[in-house]
Amino acid sequence: MSKYTEDDLKVELENKEYEYGFYTELESETFPIGLNEDIVRAISKKKNEPEWMTDWRLQAFAAWKEMEEPEWANVNYTKPDFQAIAYYSAPKKSDPNKTLDDVDAELLEMYKKLGISLDEQKKMNNIAMDIVVDSVSVATTFKKTLGEKGIIFCPISEAIQEHPELVKKYLGTIVPQKDNFYAALNSAVFSDGSFCYIPKGVRCPMELSTYFRINQGGTGQFERTLVIADEGSYVSYLEGCTAPSRDENQLHAAVVELIALDDAEIKYSTVQNWYPGNKEGKGGVFNFVTKRGLCEKNAKISWTQVETGSAVTWKYPSCVLKGDNSIGEFYSIAVTNNFQQADTGTKMIHLGKNTRSTIISKGISAGKSQNSYRGLVQISKNADNARNFSQCDSLLMGNNCGAHTFPYIESKNTSAKIEHEATTSKIGEDQVFYCNQRGIPTEKAIALIVNGFSKEVLNKLPMEFAVEAQKLLEISLEGSVG
Amino acid sequence: MLSIKNLHASVEDKEILKGINLEIKAGEVHAIMGPNGAGKSTLSSIIAGNETYEVTAGEILLENEDISELAPEERAHKGVFLSFQYPVEIPGVSVTNFMKTAINESRKARGQEDMPANEMLKLIREKSELLEIDRKFLSRSLNEGFSGGEKKRNEIFQMAMLEPKLAILDETDSGLDIDALRIVANGVNKLKNEKNAVLVITHYQRLLDYIIPDFVHVLMDGKIVKSGDASLALELEEKGYDWIKAEIQ
Repeated sequence: MSKYTEDDLKVELENKEYEYGFYTELESETFPIGLNEDIVRAISKKKNEPEWMTDWRLQAFAAWKEMEEPEWANVNYTKPDFQAIAYYSAPKKSDPNKTLDDVDAELLEMYKKLGISLDEQKKMNNIAMDIVVDSVSVATTFKKTLGEKGIIFCPISEAIQEHPELVKKYLGTIVPQKDNFYAALNSAVFSDGSFCYIPKGVRCPMELSTYFRINQGGTGQFERTLVIADEGSYVSYLEGCTAPSRDENQLHAAVVELIALDDAEIKYSTVQNWYPGNKEGKGGVFNFVTKRGLCEKNAKISWTQVETGSAVTWKYPSCVLKGDNSIGEFYSIAVTNNFQQADTGTKMIHLGKNTRSTIISKGISAGKSQNSYRGLVQISKNADNARNFSQCDSLLMGNNCGAHTFPYIESKNTSAKIEHEATTSKIGEDQVFYCNQRGIPTEKAIALIVNGFSKEVLNKLPMEFAVEAQKLLEISLEGSVG
Repeated sequence: MLSIKNLHASVEDKEILKGINLEIKAGEVHAIMGPNGAGKSTLSSIIAGNETYEVTAGEILLENEDISELAPEERAHKGVFLSFQYPVEIPGVSVTNFMKTAINESRKARGQEDMPANEMLKLIREKSELLEIDRKFLSRSLNEGFSGGEKKRNEIFQMAMLEPKLAILDETDSGLDIDALRIVANGVNKLKNEKNAVLVITHYQRLLDYIIPDFVHVLMDGKIVKSGDASLALELEEKGYDWIKAEIQ
C-alpha cells in the first residue's frame, strides 16, 4: 500500500541530516592540545586578564586536577580525553573593537546559514545578541541602546576588563570553582561567554540573546555566563546553540550563574541544538553544563529549556531560594532520538520562608535513546511554608527507547507542601489514525501530538523563540517515530 | 458517490466482512443496522482506511475511483469523513488548532494556500453556531475531559468544518441524551445536500427518527442480508433481528 507509515517516517528521520552540520572555513588560531598550568596562564594572557583573574583560574585548575568525573548520571559514554582537546580556538580576524560592519564575511555567511541575520535581528526582533563562536565572542549588537539604560551586556572577557568590580564580586559565588568536575574545568579554561548587568529598578526593554556555536574541530567550548539583576530589575535572556557534524565527540562544559537580588526577576531560556551524533550514535556533543541561580528576597528565576541536541546531556539548571518569598521555576522539554542520552532536571533549594517552586518537565524519547529526569526538591529547616509542585511527563515513541524519572525530595520542615505528579504515555496508533482521517499526514500528526504534549513549556518561551522551538521539535523527531 | 463491490476483510486471519455490496448515490442517506459483532464498525473503519484490517478482496470506489489503496489522509482529502464511535483525546491540542491543521492539510493536498485567518474564524463561528457549540469549548484540548455528548457534537462540528462528500456516522447516537441527539441530527440534516451522501451506522432506530434514511441495510455476520426503506428500521425496532435470521436460513 502507498500509505506513509510510521516506519517510513522513522527511516526518513533517521536519515535526515542535522541541518546545522556545516563547517565554515575560518582562519582560526588554536592552542596546542592538552591542559596544564601553562595553558591556563596562556588563555588568561591571551585575554589580557588582570592577575586576580589568572589566580582564580589557577585555583580552579588545581582543584580540577584532584577531582574525578561524576558517574552517577544515567548515561553511558567513553569519557573524553582531556589531554586531547584544544582549550582555545578563535576565529583569527577577531578584534574586539571592531563594529559589526567589520565582521569576517565568512562568519556573517555562517550566521546566515544559521538563520540569523544580525541586521534583521536588530531591526525586527528587538533582541540584543552576543555570538560566541568556538571560544570567543564575535559580535554584540544593540550595545548602545542598552547602554542608555545603564544595562551592561557584553562578552565576559570584556566585562573582566571594563567592570572588574562586578565580576570580582559575583563570579563563582553561585557556582564555586570546586562545585563539580566540569565547573572546575570551566573555571580554569573558559575563554568567553556573556555578561549581563541590569541596574536597580530597570526593566530590560528587549530580550537579550547569546548564540553559541562550536566551529573548529578538536576543540572544546567552555563558555561562562554571568547575569546579575539588581534590585527590582527584570531581564529575559535567551541562549541558542549549534555545532557542525563531526565524527568525534566534542566537549561543551559551560557554567551559567544568575543572581536575582531583592525583587528582581530573571527569565532564562535555552534552545539547545548541539549536534546529536549520527543515527549510529557516532559523534555528537557532550553537553556537561552547570547552571544555577540565586534568588534574594521576593526575587524570581525561571529556567526554560528546550533540549533537542547533544549526544550526551548532563544538565540541572537550579535555583537557590535564599530570600523569603522567592520563587523558582523550571520548565523543560528534552527530546532524545537515535542514540542520544539525556540526564537532565533541576534542583530547587528552599532556604527562605514562603518560598515557592514549580517544576514542569516533558521528556520525549524516540529511536534507541534514553531520557532521564533527575530532580531534587530540598526544604531546609527554616523554610517555613515552602511549597513545591513538580510534574514530570514522559512520551515514548516506539519500543526501543527509555524514559526514567529520579525525583529526590528532602524536607526538614513540617510546614512544607510538596506535590509530585508523573505520567508516561505513548503516541497511540488510534491518535495517529484519528488525525489521518481528518486529512493530517502521519508526520504532521506526530508533530501536532508532540507539540500538544509540550505545550505548557512552549508557552513559557518568548514568542519568537517558541516558533523556532516548535520547528526544532518537528525536525528532531522527523522520522524518529516508531 | 460510493460503490462497494464484493468487499472481504479480515483481522488477524479472522474474516469479518464476507462480501459486502453497497451503492450510495449523491444526495442519499443510507443506514446500516445490525446486531453487535456483525461488522458495522469494521466496515466504516475500512472505508476510512484503517490499516488494522486487511482487505482481502473487492473494491471501494469513491466517485468511480478506487480508493482502497490510498492512505487514510488521502481518502480524507478526497472527501471521506468518519465520525468516530470513540473519538480519541489529544492533550494540549485545542479544537481550533486541530481544525486549522486539518483544513490546511486538505487545502495543501489540493494545491491551495492556507486558509486566511479571518476566513477561518468566520467559518468556525458559523459552524459552531450551527451546532450550538459554546466558543469556550473550541479552545479546550481535543476531546480531553469531554462528556460523551460533547465528543459527538465535536465530531459533527468537524464534519461541518470539513464539508465532506461522504460522511460516515459510526454510532453517533451512543452516549447522547435526547437534546444532544436532536442538535447533532439537526446539524447533519442542515449539512446534507444533493451533492453529498451520509452513511449512518447504528444499533438503534432512535437516530433514524431524526435523520431519515432513504435506504436501510441489515448487516449480519459480515454480509448485507436485507435492504429496504425507512420502514425496515421500524420493523427491526419492533421485532429485533431474529426474524431476519430465520428468513435467510
